[in-house]
Amino acid sequence: MSEERVPIKLTVNGENVSRSVPVRQHLVDFLRTELGLTGTHLGCEHGSCGACSLRVDGVLVRGCLMLAVQADGSEVVTIEGLDATGEIADLQAAFVQRNALQCGFCTPGMLMTAAELVRADTHKTRAEIRTHLAGNFCRCTGYHAIVDAVAAILDRRANRGGKHV
Amino acid sequence: MPALSMRLTQPRLLIDINRVDALKGIGLEAGHVRIGALARHVEVASSPIVRQHLPLIAQAMPHVAHIAVRNRGTFGGSIALADPAAELPACALALDARFVVASSKGRREIPAADFFKGVQTTARRSNELLLETLIPVPQNHMPVFLELARRHGDFAIAGLAFQLLLEDGIVADGRLVYFGSEDRPTLGRRALAAIRGQQLGPAAAEAAVAALAGDLAPMDSAQASAKLRLHLQGVLTRRALAAARARASEQPRIA
Repeated sequence: MSEERVPIKLTVNGENVSRSVPVRQHLVDFLRTELGLTGTHLGCEHGSCGACSLRVDGVLVRGCLMLAVQADGSEVVTIEGLDATGEIADLQAAFVQRNALQCGFCTPGMLMTAAELVRADTHKTRAEIRTHLAGNFCRCTGYHAIVDAVAAILDRRANRGGKHV
Repeated sequence: MPALSMRLTQPRLLIDINRVDALKGIGLEAGHVRIGALARHVEVASSPIVRQHLPLIAQAMPHVAHIAVRNRGTFGGSIALADPAAELPACALALDARFVVASSKGRREIPAADFFKGVQTTARRSNELLLETLIPVPQNHMPVFLELARRHGDFAIAGLAFQLLLEDGIVADGRLVYFGSEDRPTLGRRALAAIRGQQLGPAAAEAAVAALAGDLAPMDSAQASAKLRLHLQGVLTRRALAAARARASEQPRIA
């Protein structure tokens, strides 16, 4: 059975992309297989684990719960995009410094989710950080070091009047 | 989407309604709040209209999923899916909401009490689209929303949404809705009858808990047995009535 395809145009990490995509392909499969952006991971593929977190039109979403065709006309930012712009360079450094990852599988999604929190540049308690990250599963570190890293960056950015390096 | 991923459903045609503007928005009109089917959870959670006029839903929103799902998940989606563990169908029933559905043949309204039929099953016909939810603005009711889940944002294994009408500490009327334990949001009619006209206190709470067994027939699953779910609904009932009593004494005139 030949699969129906639909043309889409979107921006991915600021670059214009035009492709014909299978109607059944979800957004992360598109990013990984068509564009080679393999930083976005697939864990559960039904919206529970958070490994596939992406920024679409400015907000955090589950990449596995969107079809690629639904992203037509959208601005998609992946972990590669956040890495390239330096938006979360301090957060990435804090993750390394505090051992906030072991196997690293959840890390891109964890960073995407944490990025949504730290860019708001408001003080958060540890409990609020945990609530914000509750939709992202990590099976190695036990979360403590991840919360440490996010808390450290929230504090540092607050001390710099919201500006980051 | 999860149902597609798990091959539980294989539709021949899938229509994306995300960009239909007529289905968006939250408004206050003629004594009721209108919540468009496409109102995102994040919009409902931050809506001043919801906070002011539908405090029960405002209490429930922090329990609805996680940030990434709240950014995209919709009020109408939760109602139409009718998951037994979902918060919003329970709130809609407690608030006596009406759902507006439409097909090419026209539109009709379905009261929440007639809408939920079972696990992910509703009175909406397959050719009908849920357009909006109409919720009468409750007068003088005290809302209480509680749920128990294994982790924050997970599916509830027991939960309740109460709207209590209190007069001088006495339960004059109300609606007690239980969810998570049954195959659909379920009214605690016997539990309400047990406390109607009673002073809100430990004795009334025990009477409500004793009556619950006649209202609920919880589901058995790997996550929680029927017996445990009934027990937990009793625990939540005591907590909810105690919270209502404490709030009523703090604030004798509930606006």
